Amino acid sequence: MSQFITGNGWLQLALYMAVLLACVVPLGGYMARVFQGEKTFMSPVLGWLEKLTYTICGVDPDKDDMSWKDYAIATMVFSAIAFIVLYFILVFQNLLPFNPQKLPGLTPDLSFNTAASFVTNTNWQAYGGETTMSYFSQMVGLTVQNFISPAVGLAVLVALIRGLSRKESTGIGNFWVDMVRANIYVLLPLALIVAILLGSQGVVQTFDAYVTAHTLQGIDQTIAVGPAASQVAIKQLGTNGGGFFNVNSAHPLENPTPLANFIEVLSILLIPAALCYTFGVMVKDKRQGWSILAAMTIIFVPLLIFCVAMEQGGNPNFAALHIDQMASHLQPGGNMEGKETRFGITNSALWASATTAASNGSVNSMHDSYTPLGGMVPLLLMKFGEIIYGGVGSGLYGMLVMVILTVFIAGLMVGRTPEYLGKKIQSFEIKMASIAMLVPGILVLIGTAIAVMTKDGQAGIYNPGAHGFSEVLYAVTSAGNNNGSAFAGLSANTPFYNSLLGICMLFSRFWIIIPTLALAGALAAKKTVPESAGTLPTHNVLFIATLVGVIVIVTVLTYVPTLALGPVVEHFNMIKG
Amino acid sequence: MKSLLSTLRPAIGTTVLLTVLLGGVYPMVTTGILQLGFKAQAQGSLIRDSDGKVIGSRLIGQNFDQPQYLWGRLSATGTAPYNGGASSGSNLGANNPALMDAVKGRIEALQKADPLNARPIPVDLVTASGSGLDPEISPAAADYQVGRIAQARGIGAAVVKSAIAKSTRQRDLGVLGEPRVNVLEVNLRLDGKLK
Repeated sequence: MSQFITGNGWLQLALYMAVLLACVVPLGGYMARVFQGEKTFMSPVLGWLEKLTYTICGVDPDKDDMSWKDYAIATMVFSAIAFIVLYFILVFQNLLPFNPQKLPGLTPDLSFNTAASFVTNTNWQAYGGETTMSYFSQMVGLTVQNFISPAVGLAVLVALIRGLSRKESTGIGNFWVDMVRANIYVLLPLALIVAILLGSQGVVQTFDAYVTAHTLQGIDQTIAVGPAASQVAIKQLGTNGGGFFNVNSAHPLENPTPLANFIEVLSILLIPAALCYTFGVMVKDKRQGWSILAAMTIIFVPLLIFCVAMEQGGNPNFAALHIDQMASHLQPGGNMEGKETRFGITNSALWASATTAASNGSVNSMHDSYTPLGGMVPLLLMKFGEIIYGGVGSGLYGMLVMVILTVFIAGLMVGRTPEYLGKKIQSFEIKMASIAMLVPGILVLIGTAIAVMTKDGQAGIYNPGAHGFSEVLYAVTSAGNNNGSAFAGLSANTPFYNSLLGICMLFSRFWIIIPTLALAGALAAKKTVPESAGTLPTHNVLFIATLVGVIVIVTVLTYVPTLALGPVVEHFNMIKG
Repeated sequence: MKSLLSTLRPAIGTTVLLTVLLGGVYPMVTTGILQLGFKAQAQGSLIRDSDGKVIGSRLIGQNFDQPQYLWGRLSATGTAPYNGGASSGSNLGANNPALMDAVKGRIEALQKADPLNARPIPVDLVTASGSGLDPEISPAAADYQVGRIAQARGIGAAVVKSAIAKSTRQRDLGVLGEPRVNVLEVNLRLDGKLK
């Protein structure tokens, strides 16, 4: 490697982590008040809207406590309606308003894939943004899903937290109340603030048709515009990731300046990180939240640094050419293929790591063109199951499943009945946790195997050699963990990939949600056993280390062979020249 | 367990209300605020000539391959480079022979247009951007081209350097991102269309 991370690079990474962690307490505390039904400074502003919603929907927030089965049914019915509405908006967008480019309706397989993608908070982009989607589809179709799919994630998380904190209770809260509060008090105010900040930096927000410019060299250039700022804000905050434009936040009208980039990349991890504190407040033991946040950060930071270093190291194939890849105060250097000048190496690799640690999946550089080992970082982060900060709500409930498994394994090692937050962890809980943990792995490995063994699957591959395998693996990993980012060279808009990946996304989302809610119900029904000398503390360094160990070992055991066949082989091919 | 029917009322109710609020009111309010407060940015940071015709956007790069102009990043957008209606990166893997061909092609074009320039070429000048629409290049990549532009225009290198300096932005807040040169702005200055 010719060079490591620059001084400014270190500074930018440190600044990012510092600002992110500084937001944890204020935002996390605010969300705890929202989900416990307490008054906040937003209540006078939007309280009437919340009440109106309950009146129209016939929901009594004080009385209608749901069992886990009712909660799960509400989640499924709500998501099913969202899926159907979005599907038909996309299929019939040519008949709907706000379509100045006269874009046709989407094909059924692409509509299926996109509806599955947005309802599951994945936001895989088989479509091309400015070449495919009308303004109506972007706003009423996609933006709405960008709010309600993370709100569903938040609701499920809050239900699980209630399961851990309630005693001998049959109910775990009310889905409609949790979901509406998440939208009105958390996502909407944050999105409005971020949208205006981004607009001030140059993100477009207009209903005009695309502009034609007559360029200096005398040709006509189409410039796609649209109501982007409002959508970009929530696609970052809601760990959605579906771009307004085809190249997502690499597009200068979607992410115009380094300051805009900082706001967007901060928005990716903002809510997932703060939720750890929300959790601590709601279970009345903040140390529990901090220890989970610590475990996430311990896994994230080294991988982030590795990714930046690999990309800053540049492409060894260029060494023989007359090219300067060294960073200086006049150029970013490094592997700049697929990266934007204003972001350079540091901000591109930071984004790639954050977007795959969280289940965001937006990009500001093309991951397909990363060095083999640099590109392995986003792949690996997705394979952790989107629990390193993870998706809004889904990240922490996925992480709590891992915590329960860790408590179980630790209990086996010392020969005691495992317990977490005073709840005995027994056979049913471990079964549910195992399902939630195994589903993504099964989807990813079987899905990849199907894709690489069939003609239709092989047909989508763009880059030759081991990297072609990585493209397929990345796509199925992304869908099977509800991330949505891509090695975008893969031609994924085919009936084969639209169907395969759509099915992976739906299974992965709901076959984790249902066992998680079952877990919440089972935990809520239990007594709380008082802490004793034999209780394994779950807030100290030993436990954090064990949790990190379990996460890493489970992931490595599941996926090392695939990583060896893809990025690792490619790396050795590259350095041998 | 409640009946499915009693779930449908809140399910449909919240879907309709949230769709109106989040898909209608929210983007409209955002549009209103941004059109009032930041009109130029909200419309795409467009640049117009003296007749009011759009000649480009400050944020969207244009294709330059004539020697008298500053060249930007390579662009992999479809049908033509810098197609602002269909953004795209090259998606070429670091090990793909096609990437080497693209890079070598660019080196050849640069050297052919400026045969006496023996300096190593900054990497951002031979690689494609992520969007295919990158409006900027690094200061090093701009400086590499000064001799060629000065010669093609028959003007002093200092004039070209001054145009570049005026279109150079440092890191945001002194820390964020990278120093960068707006290619279209430099070329507008060189053509006397921007002061």
